[in-house]
Amino acid sequence: MSNEIWVYIDQFKGTPLPASWEALGQGKRMGGPVIALVFGPGSQAIAKEAFQFGADQVLWSEDPLLADFRAEAFAGLVTQLAKEKKPSLLLVPSTTRGRDITAMVAAELGCGAIPEATGLETKDGSLRVTRPVYAGKLFTTAVFASGQTRIVSLRPRAFPMPEAQSGKSGAATEVKPVAAEADLHTRVAGYAASEGGVSLTDAKVIVSGGRGVANNPNLTPPADLADDKQKEVWKAQQGFKLVRDLASVLGAAVGASRAAVDAGYIPYAYQVGQTGKVVSPDVYIACGISGAIQHQAGMRTAKTIVAINKDPEAPIFGLARFGVVGDMHQILPALTEEFRKRLGK
Amino acid sequence: MNIVVCVKQTPDSAAKVSVEGGHVTWGDAPLIVNPWDEYAVEEALRQKEKHGGKVTAISMGPESAREALKTALAMGCDEAILVSDAGLKGSDSLGTARALASAVRKIGSVDLVLFGRQAIDGDTGLTAAQVAHLLGWPALTYVAAVEEIKPEAKTMRVQRMIDEGRQVVEAQLPVAMSVVKELNEPRYPSFMGIRKASKATIPTWSIADLGVEASKVGSAGALVSWSEIYAPPVHKVECEVVKGETPQETARTLVDRLIAEKVI
Repeated sequence: MSNEIWVYIDQFKGTPLPASWEALGQGKRMGGPVIALVFGPGSQAIAKEAFQFGADQVLWSEDPLLADFRAEAFAGLVTQLAKEKKPSLLLVPSTTRGRDITAMVAAELGCGAIPEATGLETKDGSLRVTRPVYAGKLFTTAVFASGQTRIVSLRPRAFPMPEAQSGKSGAATEVKPVAAEADLHTRVAGYAASEGGVSLTDAKVIVSGGRGVANNPNLTPPADLADDKQKEVWKAQQGFKLVRDLASVLGAAVGASRAAVDAGYIPYAYQVGQTGKVVSPDVYIACGISGAIQHQAGMRTAKTIVAINKDPEAPIFGLARFGVVGDMHQILPALTEEFRKRLGK
Repeated sequence: MNIVVCVKQTPDSAAKVSVEGGHVTWGDAPLIVNPWDEYAVEEALRQKEKHGGKVTAISMGPESAREALKTALAMGCDEAILVSDAGLKGSDSLGTARALASAVRKIGSVDLVLFGRQAIDGDTGLTAAQVAHLLGWPALTYVAAVEEIKPEAKTMRVQRMIDEGRQVVEAQLPVAMSVVKELNEPRYPSFMGIRKASKATIPTWSIADLGVEASKVGSAGALVSWSEIYAPPVHKVECEVVKGETPQETARTLVDRLIAEKVI
């Protein structure tokens, strides 16, 4: 086994995900030569960035087999290379693609994988991985049996973003997958329903709405809406407009509680919580969210939580650094306006 | 179509989970079917209703996991198998995947295996892709919509939820897939279903039945283990309540405080 630390650089359509550089920074901190793996379209350009973020060497491929992410093709190339060079550690950003890579490479190499790490340290020569379990209600220190490549996926925003150093470069080596198109059983037909906006997982600031978004007593729904449910959803959409306005001034992502998603106010892609996305922003502004334990599971690692809720007894205030007991429909427009002034937008 | 759905029994999502004497405990909170797996069961049933065939639920776990399988049967699954053996205790995700892949092979001629995206206890989310890999099948993870399945042509087309939106993927059956919540609304067990489930015999498959190497599963085969488990350090947050005579004044004070504390 070599002493190399490999870092998988996740990208989408030629844009690397920030969590990739966080993983690279962690690899550097652990010592040993750091090799970045960059696969897919635009890899040569991403390789240049990888050197600036600290990679000592890059293995890249723009093979047509890797035009779109397919776990079998990408994990296949990682294992092909890993079998030959036997890195001691493979770090992977825990994105949707990264989690597939982690699982499949471990299955093929027959080695251990620890996903969703929030901490990583070497103590007495062994690697100790901290990760949340039971939806963050508990933490575990997970360890590997010795003697083989170890794989750890790193939760986005749990590790510091390294500074890019311009002018740094290194040896970029092209690699070729041995697999051919005929070996694969999947084909990417395209992309649909892209939600756009700031990705929740990468967001520094998130403004989130809950059931309270539908509770504006001063709104009168249009007369042509037939039933109460339609009226409620219409009201909620007006409420979410206030959430979006604030998010837009702050350059923030929009989130939602499960209650808002289940009531049909906003699509599931926005859901933060145990059965939605787990986020870790610098600031989380919860509007009209009571803060059920399942919601907390998705956002409690935010550095600063701001809660706006009518109910002073809402559990969300137990997590919040700043709280406003009041109606989000009145507070949010004022808050958006104030930020617009102060931030000069 | 011959469909298999894998379910795990977990503590209720609202349970207060803590550590006592190095062991995880959840008080009197009930054990349930892992919430993500309910979407997998529902989708398995819908595909069977559309294309005909059979749905088999399998669960790996202790004897108590039989209850999770009864729920799956009550929802409408045709058969259930408990994968249980003292030698499977302490399996890591790859060990679990080896046992489940062997169970799928033993069932034979399976077209589709479904999983929830992760279990809400271990929260690893690795098993579905690992089972797929061990079987040599494509893995379709985070499936948010099944556009179509053509059992005759042995193809399927799904939308996967990715960080950036949706990826539309076509695959050749057999396939192992993991599902997310948007896929469907799980049904409740019917009265008839509950009655049927209570009378059903659920066979237990051991390591010997599965034909897996005992050294590759359970704590014997685990390459990953938990050396410590603990409650997260409590960050005592004192909530500073911001007040004002008008919403504007409240907003101004809040922004002052957020800027002063360098939060924004």
